[in-house]
Amino acid sequence: MIVDNAVAIAQSRRGHFAEGSYSGRAHVLLERSLMAFRNSAWLAVLSGFFEPVLYLFSFGYGLGHLIGKIPLQNGHIVSYAAYIAPGLLATSAMNGAIYDSTWNVFWKIKFDRIYQSMLQTSLGSVDVALGEISWALLRGFAYAVGFMCVVVPAGLITNWWAVMAIPSAVLIAFGFASVGMAITSCFSTFQQMDLINIAMLPMFLFSGSFYPLTVYPGYLQGFLKALPLWQAISLVRDFTLGMVSWGILWHVLYFVVMISIGVTFTAKRLTKLFLR
Amino acid sequence: MANQEILIEAKALVKRYGDFTAVNGIDFQVRKGESFGFLGPNGAGKSTTMRIIAATLTRTSGDISILGKDPEKFGPEIKAHLGVVPQTDNLDNALTVEENLYIYGRYFGLSKKFIKPKIEELLDFAQLVEKRDVKVEALSGGMKRRLTIARALVSEPEILMLDEPTTGLDPQARHILWDRLFRLKEQGVTLLITTHYMDEAEQLCDRLMVMDKGSIMAEDSPAGLIKSYSTKEVLEVRFGSDRNAVVAPQLKEMCERIEVLPDRILLYAEDGESLLHELGQKGLHPLTSLVRRSSLEDVFLRLTGRTLID
Amino acid sequence: MAPRKGSLVLVDAERVKRWGALAVVEVRVMTYLKYLPALLSVAIANPFLYLLAVGVGVGKLINTHSGGVDGVKYLTFLAPALLATAAIQNAMDETVFPTLEGFKWHKNFFAMNATPISGKQIVNGVLVAAMSRVLFSVTVYGIIVYLFGGFTSARGWLSILTSLAAGASFGAFIMGIAAWAKNDDSFFMILGRFVMMPLFLFSGTFYQLSTMPIYLRWIGWLSPLWHTTELGRFLTYGHHITALMFVVHIGYIAAMFTFGITFSHRQFERRLTK
Repeated sequence: MIVDNAVAIAQSRRGHFAEGSYSGRAHVLLERSLMAFRNSAWLAVLSGFFEPVLYLFSFGYGLGHLIGKIPLQNGHIVSYAAYIAPGLLATSAMNGAIYDSTWNVFWKIKFDRIYQSMLQTSLGSVDVALGEISWALLRGFAYAVGFMCVVVPAGLITNWWAVMAIPSAVLIAFGFASVGMAITSCFSTFQQMDLINIAMLPMFLFSGSFYPLTVYPGYLQGFLKALPLWQAISLVRDFTLGMVSWGILWHVLYFVVMISIGVTFTAKRLTKLFLR
Repeated sequence: MANQEILIEAKALVKRYGDFTAVNGIDFQVRKGESFGFLGPNGAGKSTTMRIIAATLTRTSGDISILGKDPEKFGPEIKAHLGVVPQTDNLDNALTVEENLYIYGRYFGLSKKFIKPKIEELLDFAQLVEKRDVKVEALSGGMKRRLTIARALVSEPEILMLDEPTTGLDPQARHILWDRLFRLKEQGVTLLITTHYMDEAEQLCDRLMVMDKGSIMAEDSPAGLIKSYSTKEVLEVRFGSDRNAVVAPQLKEMCERIEVLPDRILLYAEDGESLLHELGQKGLHPLTSLVRRSSLEDVFLRLTGRTLID
Repeated sequence: MAPRKGSLVLVDAERVKRWGALAVVEVRVMTYLKYLPALLSVAIANPFLYLLAVGVGVGKLINTHSGGVDGVKYLTFLAPALLATAAIQNAMDETVFPTLEGFKWHKNFFAMNATPISGKQIVNGVLVAAMSRVLFSVTVYGIIVYLFGGFTSARGWLSILTSLAAGASFGAFIMGIAAWAKNDDSFFMILGRFVMMPLFLFSGTFYQLSTMPIYLRWIGWLSPLWHTTELGRFLTYGHHITALMFVVHIGYIAAMFTFGITFSHRQFERRLTK
């Protein structure tokens, strides 16, 4: 039976998990995101799809002539385009998630006050955090599927494990979105937000999207491998290039940890920000 | 009209931020169906009190209950009882007018079937039927305010809380808004209003709590407050910026009470016209003069020695 | 209090008519100075990171496999393109952002225009100020390119000037577009993602335009980035261009500037009086 009384709905949550901060309605935030997407955000989302595709064609084919083939750890040799494609997929999953969870969230907190309006209803901070992160996941999923629709016909994928790149992209988006949102919830000025952009550029350039880390000295390699983007790229690359082993689980674990820290911290911060 | 059932009750309510005390041990009761106002200047503690009631701010000490429930224990339930109109509009700029109403209902967990007809009713109430498909960014200040109020009503709340409902609106938009609020009052919705406009407080509120620096200065109906704390009439005179202070001591003896403001002098008397006449007889000829009835502004001045808007 | 003189005495309208743009420059430059540490770190970090990652990193693969590009090491080949990109990017930021701010967010252009300062003067002022920022950034860029060994001859330093010219012409043009744009929300994004990014990737920046299929080369021909990069490569390492193309490159940038500034003047005057 449908209950259409706000008070009765709220009362029915008594005794449920995290009753003060979770109403079990994170999905209404997705509903909101979809409406906003239909109205205007679609252009931004679409552009996020084109970005890796443009890079793939420019770098993969243009530079590919100059670079030739890339040797892998397992002894196989792949074209430069096939080598960078997974890196670009992982990067676009990251960028979409980071953009949504940092600047978008910052804007919503500081200027639109959308979360204030949500939290003055019977929604809780956990609903908000989960709902916003889910949107980032959907976006990551869409990017991954879209990118696959380009790279498969382009002949850059030759094994079935590559399908796993899609859930990997979702996992990556989840990780970055939850940490991005946690960081944003601590920032209050544009200057602080710029720090995120500043940190993203070197990570993008040096995490092995465009060439193997072996061009660097050993100590630097170790540091770069600890960065989330390298983890993300390796995860996707292992699948798309068919280098599957149990070692992949380490990358997965990395993101699971990232997600749990990010979500917990975000929900705590949101509660503190709006319900002091 | 108001009956005796108490909806909100606060006892010794305190909110501190570090060393700063925003709300300093206040007590009040709000009855069902009444229109209750917090009047005071910016920083008096009105919005803080409102946010504690709305379960979006925790108190430092004291007790508060809304429909018999503690907001810190039953936050979501209390929020479901309330319609909140915050001081700064927080409409969803990415959505249209209609979508704003719809999604807000969804936030409460209401079904699409329930919300759809409700939207029609609320668009009509807020006089926004033609604007339903417009993005909220394109609305005027008054329209945004009406939409925020309509949005707060989507869950059919018991209590509607309005924080500075007409700040920043032009006179015409204010009157439209007041009219809408009267209609709600007629329907039996309990209104909780903060304002620093005395005319608004006089128009809208059955009962007023005058606040300053976190404390309650007085509490009564608007007419009761004026009766207790002011004379029937006020004579406002100007002698020019240099002369006001000079003539003030002379004027002091001629009336019940006097307030010297930077730009003018207020003389409190039962009969303003005859006081003005008396002034003329003593050879005191102000540049401008005005006789008016006492207002809540005078009450506030009397209670705190300050004007409401400074 | 001093007695009032009145605006007829205080304000020399003729003087403002002549020098009003300088007041706009002053306002803009003061904002830059406020963020000087941030601007400086970006000006250093950007070239450093790109040269290291792409110039050295990708360069290592290219130099090993193909022995460089166009007869030189990859970094030498890439540096003039990155220099021109930085100039254009900076010019865009410093013209588009103040324009959106001036017309929509803070509306300070309307306040300026309420004094005797004209729309044309605002355009000129913002552009001159933007060029000071561009000059600053590309000079820092040039120094870093030099430290990476990207300039093989002293003539390479001249590419700073060609980059500055590219920034000026692109800035002059894009400013008018920003004034013309109705929907400011997505303007930055569309510009960044659908214009700047393809220009950056397909203007012969990372490899010669001639290696691209013919049906994509038009992007480079239209792009001020390609024309500037060709000139920059000619200056830094003697990349071969014909006399005709030399004239075409310079002519294209000059024409874009002339058209851009006229267009911006008109757009500003129009929007200020609307």
